Amino acid sequence: MTVHTLRIDGVECAGSADQTVLEVARENGIAIPTLCHLDGLCDIGACRLCVVEVRGSTKLLPACTTQVADEMDIETASPRLQEYRRTIVEMLFVERNHVCAVCVANNHCELQARAEELGLTHLDLANVNPKLDVDASHERFAIDHNRCIMCTRCVRVCDEVEGAHTWDVMGRGIDARVVTDLGMPWGESPTCTSCGKCVQVCPTGALFEKGRPVASTKAGRPFLPYLKSREEGRHS
Amino acid sequence: MTEVRSETPAGPAPRHSRRMTGPPVVGRARATACVCQAAGCLSAGSDLVFERVTEQLVSDGVTDVAVKRVGCLGLCAAGPLVEIPETGELFRGVEPENVSALVDRLKVAERVATKPEREPFFARQVKIVLENCGQIDPENIDDYVARQGYSGLTKAVTQMSPQQVIDEVTRSGMRGRGGAGYPTGLKWATVAKQIATPKYVVCNADEGDPGAFMDRSVLESDPHRVLEGMAIAAYAVGATKGYVYCRAEYPLAVQRLKAAIHRAEKAGYLGASISGSPFAFHVELRLGAGAFVCGEETALMASIQGGRGTPVPRPPFPAAHGLWGSPTLINNVETYASVPAIVRKGGEWYSSIGSGKSKGTKVFALAGRIVNSGLIEVPMGIRLRDVIFDIGGGIPDGGTFKAVQTGGPSGGCLPEELLEMSLDYESLVAAGSIMGSGGMVVMDDTSCMVEVARYFMDFCREESCGKCVPCRVGTTQMYLLLTKITEGVATLEDLEQLEKLGDMVRSTSLCGLGQSAPNPVFSTLRYFRNEYLAHIEDRACPAGVCRVSIKEPVA
Repeated sequence: MTVHTLRIDGVECAGSADQTVLEVARENGIAIPTLCHLDGLCDIGACRLCVVEVRGSTKLLPACTTQVADEMDIETASPRLQEYRRTIVEMLFVERNHVCAVCVANNHCELQARAEELGLTHLDLANVNPKLDVDASHERFAIDHNRCIMCTRCVRVCDEVEGAHTWDVMGRGIDARVVTDLGMPWGESPTCTSCGKCVQVCPTGALFEKGRPVASTKAGRPFLPYLKSREEGRHS
Repeated sequence: MTEVRSETPAGPAPRHSRRMTGPPVVGRARATACVCQAAGCLSAGSDLVFERVTEQLVSDGVTDVAVKRVGCLGLCAAGPLVEIPETGELFRGVEPENVSALVDRLKVAERVATKPEREPFFARQVKIVLENCGQIDPENIDDYVARQGYSGLTKAVTQMSPQQVIDEVTRSGMRGRGGAGYPTGLKWATVAKQIATPKYVVCNADEGDPGAFMDRSVLESDPHRVLEGMAIAAYAVGATKGYVYCRAEYPLAVQRLKAAIHRAEKAGYLGASISGSPFAFHVELRLGAGAFVCGEETALMASIQGGRGTPVPRPPFPAAHGLWGSPTLINNVETYASVPAIVRKGGEWYSSIGSGKSKGTKVFALAGRIVNSGLIEVPMGIRLRDVIFDIGGGIPDGGTFKAVQTGGPSGGCLPEELLEMSLDYESLVAAGSIMGSGGMVVMDDTSCMVEVARYFMDFCREESCGKCVPCRVGTTQMYLLLTKITEGVATLEDLEQLEKLGDMVRSTSLCGLGQSAPNPVFSTLRYFRNEYLAHIEDRACPAGVCRVSIKEPVA
């Protein structure tokens, strides 16, 4: 495997040709904020939090889907990027109903963590406040669409790891929603295996297990080591 | 003649399966009535015109006049159109109930040696892509072949190597007509160099810009030309399979394309052993389900593969990793339609037309507040003023020109002071707009530019696929801010935030839709900032369009 040398925030790094900028940055202790990325799942470059500046490219590139190349010179935390990231997180907050104080995932939420890291202290943008459903028809789990940020981790884990493809996306733009099967209630889904992986990967309080605090469903993430080893198996 | 048909004129969709033929002609026709059968004229009843004229001629016993269905005659504003090519006469607004003037003329019309000088709308055009539009019956392959149709393909596969075809296209200097203007020859060469097989050729016919109908008219008027261009491209890059991705909202284009594929296969111009050579190429049609974003190439490919039409980050580019992971060439309708002429007449001939880095001709759809709404083809580098005032005939009802919107939701609004600019890729980008696919919406002083920006932002908001956050939420937020301005309740801070958001959406969105969505806002802010300020500071809409509130600004 070809090894490339590159500079990330001035640090000389080495990465193999099939690695992404995000992977190499994290190996070298450089933190790039992400939301839709999860180790072990395919990257889709949707949340745009991980966009970085690459010298010689007029466009910002998502670190999660950009393959490393020789002599790349990357800036991951310029004031401009941090400002964009703050706005992106702010936009997620105003898109649906994210009131941390009354959320099941308070203090166990990746959206909340990103906001704190990026220093998002208040919201300037207008709240959209759409009226969204809660689907609690499944006997063990429930989804509150008001807390969903459309990262589609649930869709990917269900398809790529569980192989059930119960979850998918319907609708367009701001009206897009994750759905079970063809929009039927989760509890009636004939494809759902009730494995709970979607609940475990959800970065916010959108997917949760009934009667259990989010802290306990998300703390261990017991199958993540498996996901990780699966990814490493692919690399070897 | 005795067909039963409904009485009410319907839209462009065909109403009966068996086509009525023109009147029987004995010997060579003295005159021909070419009746436009493209969507614009059809919706004004031109199929009824065809039948009434035919019936009238038959009942009057005229046997030396032919009546023919043809594609778009261009001057859509004046339809239904009927042309008598022998005399160069054009009959406008021919009503099905009143065809006697036309029939009387047909009875005496004689071929003239020198045709009368045509008005600027026709005289100033240079037709390459549209050379057969309005001349041939789009459903008759013999008509196309009679005008050198498929001779470019035959020349390519029998006399040229794939590399020679690519060289010819490179020499022509043509750039993609879909909007971004990527050099076509370079794109072809990239796909040709890929080792992996199979390779695919895709025609992007998912035209969706508001006010644009170039691709529709080409597909409705000369579908074989697009197929020929695709087949030549397939030969050049080494592909054996092609897809035309056409939006389902174009039923007539779809129907004619289907028929054209079928007839071209029967005639040996598509399928196995094209023009007697070992080269094989099959074309399939795929219909879009009404999503604008499927015009973006990665979303288009996802849709062809049966998936949800959402873009994916590039690289990898389709040239290396396209349909089902195979190398894929994607060009738009107009690009493919230019190819047969380039192969036939040579790249050098093509590059002699146009200007600077923009070679050849460009098809534009004129719409909005303009006298001659319709379809035109002009050499690149023509002055904007010539297009709007000479060819387009200027503004109707004594109105004053205010702006022209080019490039659809990804483009911008050009004001009066830019009328002298040359229409080429670079000048348009420098002016804050883009060439785009060729829609031109003209606006006069009854249009509010803030409202125009709001309209396009509403369009982008609705058509965003919802995958990436900046486009999904950013367009909605910008739309809310623009709405606030048009309602007269915005502050200068809102304007500042609008510009800040626009910069963020442009810089961080995943695909071209989001990256270009703020363009209409930025271009109107650049040239019509005073209108924004009037809404905010004076709580007034200078054009009198917006219902601005008299309330105090909301804090």
